[in-house]
Amino acid sequence: MLTGNNKRPVFLTLYQIRLPVTAVLSIFHRVFGVIMVIAIPFLIYQLDKSVTSEQAYDEVVECLSSPWLRVLTGLLAWFFIYHLLAGIRFLILDLDIGTERVMARNSAWLVYALALLAAVALMAVLL
Amino acid sequence: MSRRINGLQAWALQRFSAVFLIGFSLYVLLDLSINPVSGYSQWRSWLGQPLNSVLIMLASAMLLIHAWVGIRDVIMDYIHPLALRVLVLSLFALGLLASAAWLATILIKVLV
Repeated sequence: MLTGNNKRPVFLTLYQIRLPVTAVLSIFHRVFGVIMVIAIPFLIYQLDKSVTSEQAYDEVVECLSSPWLRVLTGLLAWFFIYHLLAGIRFLILDLDIGTERVMARNSAWLVYALALLAAVALMAVLL
Repeated sequence: MSRRINGLQAWALQRFSAVFLIGFSLYVLLDLSINPVSGYSQWRSWLGQPLNSVLIMLASAMLLIHAWVGIRDVIMDYIHPLALRVLVLSLFALGLLASAAWLATILIKVLV
């Protein structure tokens, strides 16, 4: 794996590291992506049940509207929107658009602002 | 095949599946907000519409590919001992393959 200079300095005092907004955006894009991958079986289970019978469909609707699962699905929906918006930003960066530092930071803040709006909209729908 | 080519393929697959999934999400959001679906029979007929079932089939494949490339990148970044890395990669690979099979049975159920 790592060869060559194995004595390079390592600074991992996490609470002293101040990451720029673009890096924080990227880390949460990753974290939420992993959480959604882990949620896939749960979502497939609900989908499977929802097409099995009228009664099972009603059970799914009832189950998803219980307070706890409402919070869980609301969170998942928010992770999805965040991942989608941050992902669109990454795709635009891939086209070499907005790679200058000021632009990159502004677009990261824009993603946060849109994700916040989405959170408010989700809460309005779910509560 | 060299590792560099593998990495480029994964990168391209991740981007391609991302673009497909963005389009699919927008389509579902728009279609369901124009024609809201409520109740079992409407839900079944929405899923069974020819265009929808084809798109869902493609989106399922794209989602699992996207999940695989993403989780593979994360595992390779953070899990360094080779045996553990292979174990965790295998677990996720199995889980995603099982998910693919499960999704296929659901689609068959909807279409038959």
